[in-house]
Amino acid sequence: MWHGGLQRMAELPQERAGEGRKAARRMLAYLAPYRRELLLVLGLTLVAAVATAAAPVLIGRAIDEAIANRDAAWLTQLMLWLLLVYLVGAAAGRTQFRLMGAIGQRTLARMRGEIFDSLQRLSLRFFDRQPAGDLMSRLTNDTDVLNQLFGQGLVQVLGSLFGLVGLLIAMVALDWHLALVSFAVMPLILLTTNLFARMSRRAFRRTRESLGDVSAEIQEEIAGVKVAQAFSRTAVNQQRFARRNAANRDANVTATAITSAFNPAVEVLASLATVLVVAYGGWLVLQGLSTVGVVVAFITYVQLFFRPIQALASFYTTAQASLAASERIFALIDTPPDLVDPPDALTLPRIAGEVRFDAVSFHYGQRVGQHDDATPLVLHDVAFVARPGQTIAIVGPTGAGKTTLVNLIGRFYDVTAGAVAIDGVDVREVRLASLRSQMGVVLQESFLFAGTIAENIRYGRLDASDAEVEQAARAANAHEFIERLADGYQTRIGERGNTLSQGQRQLVAIARALLADPRILILDEATSSVDTRTEALIQAALRRLLAGRTSFVIAHRLSTVRDADLVLVLEAGRVVERGTHAELLALDGMYAELYQRQFRDAPLVAHG
Amino acid sequence: MRSLVRSFGTLRPYWPLALAALLSLIAVTAANLVSPRVLGAMIDDGIRAGRIDVLVNLGLLLLAIALVRGLVSFTQGYASEKLSQSVAYDLRNELFARIQALSFSYHDRAQTGQLMTRITSDVEQLRSFVGMGLLQLVSAIAMTVGSVVALFALNPLLAAVTMLTIPATAVIVIYFMRVVRPLFSQIQARLGVLNTILQENLAGVRVVQAFAREPYEAQRYRAANEGLLDINIKTVHGLSSAFPLIFLISNLGTLAVIWIGGYQVFDGALTIGGLVAFNTYLALLIQPLMMLGMIMAQVTRAAVGAERIYEILDAPGEVTDRPDARPLATVAGRVAFEQVSFGYGAHGNADAALILREVSFVAEPGMSIAILGETGSGKSTIINLIPRFYDVTAGRVTIDGHDVRDVTLESLRRQIGIVLQDTTLFSGSIRDNIAYGRPDAMLGDVVAAARAAQADAFIAALPAGYDTIIGERGVTLSGGQRQRIAIARALLRDPRILILDDSTSAVDAETEYQIQQALATLMRGRTSFVIAQRISTVRSADLIIVLAGGRIAAAGSHDELLRESALYGEIIDSQFGDHAGQGVAATEEALVRS
Repeated sequence: MWHGGLQRMAELPQERAGEGRKAARRMLAYLAPYRRELLLVLGLTLVAAVATAAAPVLIGRAIDEAIANRDAAWLTQLMLWLLLVYLVGAAAGRTQFRLMGAIGQRTLARMRGEIFDSLQRLSLRFFDRQPAGDLMSRLTNDTDVLNQLFGQGLVQVLGSLFGLVGLLIAMVALDWHLALVSFAVMPLILLTTNLFARMSRRAFRRTRESLGDVSAEIQEEIAGVKVAQAFSRTAVNQQRFARRNAANRDANVTATAITSAFNPAVEVLASLATVLVVAYGGWLVLQGLSTVGVVVAFITYVQLFFRPIQALASFYTTAQASLAASERIFALIDTPPDLVDPPDALTLPRIAGEVRFDAVSFHYGQRVGQHDDATPLVLHDVAFVARPGQTIAIVGPTGAGKTTLVNLIGRFYDVTAGAVAIDGVDVREVRLASLRSQMGVVLQESFLFAGTIAENIRYGRLDASDAEVEQAARAANAHEFIERLADGYQTRIGERGNTLSQGQRQLVAIARALLADPRILILDEATSSVDTRTEALIQAALRRLLAGRTSFVIAHRLSTVRDADLVLVLEAGRVVERGTHAELLALDGMYAELYQRQFRDAPLVAHG
Repeated sequence: MRSLVRSFGTLRPYWPLALAALLSLIAVTAANLVSPRVLGAMIDDGIRAGRIDVLVNLGLLLLAIALVRGLVSFTQGYASEKLSQSVAYDLRNELFARIQALSFSYHDRAQTGQLMTRITSDVEQLRSFVGMGLLQLVSAIAMTVGSVVALFALNPLLAAVTMLTIPATAVIVIYFMRVVRPLFSQIQARLGVLNTILQENLAGVRVVQAFAREPYEAQRYRAANEGLLDINIKTVHGLSSAFPLIFLISNLGTLAVIWIGGYQVFDGALTIGGLVAFNTYLALLIQPLMMLGMIMAQVTRAAVGAERIYEILDAPGEVTDRPDARPLATVAGRVAFEQVSFGYGAHGNADAALILREVSFVAEPGMSIAILGETGSGKSTIINLIPRFYDVTAGRVTIDGHDVRDVTLESLRRQIGIVLQDTTLFSGSIRDNIAYGRPDAMLGDVVAAARAAQADAFIAALPAGYDTIIGERGVTLSGGQRQRIAIARALLRDPRILILDDSTSAVDAETEYQIQQALATLMRGRTSFVIAQRISTVRSADLIIVLAGGRIAAAGSHDELLRESALYGEIIDSQFGDHAGQGVAATEEALVRS
């Protein structure tokens, strides 16, 4: 009934065979800037390995040579050497840990930054469909998984590889027959590793996705918690959450079951190799072809040999979790922005403000240009011209496409067909920033950021002085209530704008738009939740501010649109009537009907 | 640390899993001790003795041990994971339930990103400790105790020397835990900040893009990201000396044993064999000590995570059922405010700014009450007090004579239908959204509610009708459409008390007219509160309350107020001016004067 995570990936690039290897190579590429540090880490790993190997040798000599021979001086000397070895080992370990830890953390920070940057490039079309919580999970939980990989995982792999090469040489040199026998299980180990890796990657991918689902659910429910409480829905919501939560738990348990089964499997194969060596070696000894000493030494080698093999194999399996996470991260980073500045994008100079729609059609489907019946057209062949400084009112029933129309002016979406041009330039040919920085928008939902009121107003123009912020607040009629607050402009407002009423939030949003001093102003039902008295003041202020700017007003009150230079009446995505208020009344069509309705119902005092 | 200990309580329902994990860990350790002996026997009794049959038998035994060990170690891995995931599952559910239950006043202050960090990242810190560290901790302590006993039995003097490593290790562990603990707290806190910026950026993406503030946002995130990186690197540096130091101390223990043991051998107090044996056993002591050093960081992180988790679980719910709260029977709908004062976060604090001051009125069953006033005058606050989203600071709110604080929240809110300004819809189908307050509603009821809210026509026109998926993964609805679904959602509950917070403002005049017709019918027989900005909506109300600065400036019917209230006249005037232009001129003047 409620929507699962299946459709999710449709928006992001699909996984392909070989994706894992590519993701792995890309992750390694993140380490490239630290080549020098990594070389140092390599050296330190060697030093630490030598120190670890040297200690038992020194202890052995101390017992065999010094203590057995009662040579106190030699014992002292050996013990001092041992102390030195320990100290060197500790110092190497510490430096290696510091270097690797820092590299890991820097890489993660860089990745997070890159993901965030890529999010800033994506259009509303993307955000309309991608649950915020899932995106957050990619940025936080998925990067966190990589931490282990970049932290100590790589060091362990390097250490294991060193040991392996040394042992390989020693074994072949000692007895290449026995060496071959002990390597006999290697193909089996490789095969097993491969099989488990593939299985675990699938399982780990599921863990990442289900965690994304959990995140998405949390995010949505926190955002809507007041509605949930108002409708006493908390018990049902908890059940719903518990389901996704359980899916995540089960996915993790499944993934771990696979990795937990893998280690024993390799261990059994390693034991098999030991048994083979002992059996073949025993036969050789019995045949007089080898000595007991060689076989014993070989058994030690085999044990030593399979330890790093096991470590490597198990690293490879658990690294699948990192791979699954990195796939999700890279999928996000790689999502092509569908609204890109063309290479030869024009930087719009200060515009006059002519806005032209040429036969614009639009739908909210996934891709621009592809149109199927599943995503109905929201706008059909809309065409009009707004001259610089004109006020355009857009009216029509809810769902007629009013908001969509104004969204196209700022190129928040690309048109499906036709073109939108500002001062004669197609909006797709200009630098987005140069277009939007000359537009002011007050949206239906007045979203404010956590921070002070001054910061929120200044969002409209970051370099505005305090005086300018206050001026904008005055113009938006917000100054008065702000001054009454305990900390005035420095009053902190929460993410959900607590302590401010909806109307007050809207005033702040208007001030923010005014501070931007836009050439084109868009008001999307901006005055709807302010009381009539405040609204009248705002409108008076806006009227003066609209002067000299092209403005588009979506207001459901016909009274606000009466003064417009052009009224567009939208119905089901088409402009059905256009003209001035007077012309449209004379037309006696849809507009006239809406207007009549308003008067029939509203102003009983108007005539009193 | 107390929180961490407390979090162990979450393990209780899963004690069989915990036991299984522990037992299999012991079994794995035992198997690890046995295999070398079998290997030794293969060499000595098989190869050296020239006995193929023994060799084969022991070889098979070795394989069998490997198989058993494999099985047990699988059990251990699986049980640990299942245990830790189950604990995380419970904690997340608990946190989610708590967050859902916390009052509006908590959510007014809380940041989504911060809450999300706790429910994901902090739980994960605790989980990874429960899954790995805890078991290691238990076995490390057990192994330490066991090896101490064995060492003393072998050689008291050397054992005493090696014992010095234990307090030394403990001192180092405690020292570093003290050092990194605040750092780990800071990491989690900064992660919360980072997630808040991210969450806001996602929630406010329209504003960000409208103001072309992407570079600014990226810069903001970068700054927070770097702040987190700084602390992370500080922590890496803080910890970097810990492991090597603990290793060093253990190694120094070995060194001391060989050195002092050597002199004991010189004195004849110890044989070389005894020294070698002691050294072998010493490894058994050193191993768990090193392990303690390794999991130290994990323990500290888990402790920080547990603390942050319990911070939410223990957050006082300001609005909760009293222990003796009774369910509210079906009400007639008499709502009375008695000397109600209210200030956000002003519990018992007279100094804090009050939003409402001594508000008193009575709404008789079936009456419609219109609330008017300037923005910020306390209109929304009044209606928020009826379903007890907040508790009053002074005075009381009663329904049918019952103080809303004396009845259960569920029974109270079930009888109230609310359309908030914030028309939050959830991802899912339209049907699910309308049935939000009554998940078991039949399709027929859903359609009826939608029809009453004038939403049926546009829903039927959607590709999948009532099954159309909306929200983040579905169809984008216009503001007016969302509002009508929100109205249908409230109507489906067939509430005794209906609250409409400016709910028709984003609808066009035509739809508004239709909705109002529908609402007029629906309001009949229900007590209804309407915050509306239009006189047209207000004039038909039985009681109009005009708020100014948190006080009731005037109350009465439309006609009464026209006669008696200058303020009401003014508001009417501005509405009137909206149509005739006179009011605007008046307010223009007011603006110029101000």
